[in-house]
Amino acid sequence: MMLAQSGVEIRDRSDASCVADNGFCPRWIADNLDRYADPLLQHVYLTLVSVAIGFAVAAALALLAHRRRWLVGPIVNVTGILYTIPSVAAFFLLLPLTGRGNTTAIVALVAYTLLILFRNMIDGLDGVPEESRDAGRGMGLTRRQLLWRVEVPLALPAIMTGLRVAMTTTVGLAALAFFAGAGGLGAEINADLAFKSNVVVASALCLLLAAALDGAILLAQRALTPWSRAA
Amino acid sequence: MPAALELQNVTKQYPGAGGAPAVADLSLRVEPGETCVLVGPSGSGKTTAMRMVNRMVDMTSGDILIDGRSVMRSDPAELRRHIGYVIQNVGLFPHRTALQNIGTVPQLLGWPRERIVARARELADLVGLDPALADRYPGQMSGGQRQRVGVARALAADPPLMLMDEPFGALDPITRDHLQGEFERLKERVSTTIVFVTHDIDEAIRLGDRIAILREGGGLAQYATPGELLLHPADAFVEEFVGADRALKRLALMQVSDCELEPVGAVPAGSAAMRDDTSLRDALAALLSDPDGRLPIVDAEGRPIGVLALETVHAKLRVEAGAPSPG
Repeated sequence: MMLAQSGVEIRDRSDASCVADNGFCPRWIADNLDRYADPLLQHVYLTLVSVAIGFAVAAALALLAHRRRWLVGPIVNVTGILYTIPSVAAFFLLLPLTGRGNTTAIVALVAYTLLILFRNMIDGLDGVPEESRDAGRGMGLTRRQLLWRVEVPLALPAIMTGLRVAMTTTVGLAALAFFAGAGGLGAEINADLAFKSNVVVASALCLLLAAALDGAILLAQRALTPWSRAA
Repeated sequence: MPAALELQNVTKQYPGAGGAPAVADLSLRVEPGETCVLVGPSGSGKTTAMRMVNRMVDMTSGDILIDGRSVMRSDPAELRRHIGYVIQNVGLFPHRTALQNIGTVPQLLGWPRERIVARARELADLVGLDPALADRYPGQMSGGQRQRVGVARALAADPPLMLMDEPFGALDPITRDHLQGEFERLKERVSTTIVFVTHDIDEAIRLGDRIAILREGGGLAQYATPGELLLHPADAFVEEFVGADRALKRLALMQVSDCELEPVGAVPAGSAAMRDDTSLRDALAALLSDPDGRLPIVDAEGRPIGVLALETVHAKLRVEAGAPSPG
């Protein structure tokens, strides 16, 4: 397949003996770092788009279930089943429906975020103190105002915690997106599994990406919920 | 402008409650600017009765009029924005600062930003909130401070009517006593009609202009001024509820200045003087521990104005009891 070809290509670009021994070669890494830029961007793209769509879907489900409590059980069950399907299987199961490429990868990745995001949203909304709700209603907030001005802000810490878990999980799962033909850093790892320098660089970029996204959400949470550290 | 409040044959029947109503045929009228305390044992429907006023609970039958207008004719959210609301657990919004909490209702009413901030600062000052706490979050405040913010928040839009459900119930005794004292002074400074729910008869007597005693099952046992309630309990239930020490409670409502004093000089030197705005209950306690049963009385500036005798206090109680009911 094309994987074998790209493996050959990686080796051909370098002449150091370290590379010939499949070793860990700083020189080669420094010279070849730019070849990981596009896969990294693709990885970022897959992650962000999947989490964004997952967040929107989970939020819609959570708002629905917040009004109609009986929906919580069924939604947790369905998203729970999606979460337990082995990811590689999910990519292959989707291939006949959505074909090779981003769509298949994103559909599968979205499915994995739903349980974590939904559960944290519902937990966050459930954690709003009853007396704050009562006082809010008693002062004349409408249901909609109560939701957006009191309940959602107070649920933010739990929602953001869910978002962090979903984001880092998705960075990891997106490394398997090459099974769906969607590239990403996983495709680079797979391109030459025997070559340590390649595996280390691609894996390290995965880890750095996960850490960077996690840190970004954490900073956003601190900025959005200054009160949560006060309590 | 404080509002007049009238409950007309108000009944609340929860579905499946075995036929017993939570509030049964309750009628009472609160005059503008008065503080009406709803008091009774648990299960007497006092909180339910209060919550029907701002439609947090919908009544089964009867009607509630604010300034002659039925609450059922208003949209609930709109109605509530014009009724102050304080609950036992305060229910401050943890994600908003003290000032932001106080500004909640003005914000809902669409006041301009500067006016909201100015009003919030004014209210924080009125309830005696330390200015340093203005930008703190509720999680950074003590229970007493939070309750001050809760009261300020309820008063922010200058509501003609205010509902308070055991606002001091969750506080330690010292903070509670302190806030009750401040509430008495606050009542003088804000012109609003207040419905105050408590299970504590002493709090009711201290803070109420009128007290409605509810019995289990939500019926009205007696509706009267504190003095009248202590002097003429309507029945055995009220008598038991106000307690065996109702003579002492009546004394708590009176001050030394309400008694006729004996002339200055009729007291042995060395007895500690007492101010004339001391409650007769505290004065009695001091008199009982005084060997002669006589105490020198001074005015607010510390000038001697007379001597209070134990017999005078006793006579005062009997005169009050024999007189036509006050109020």
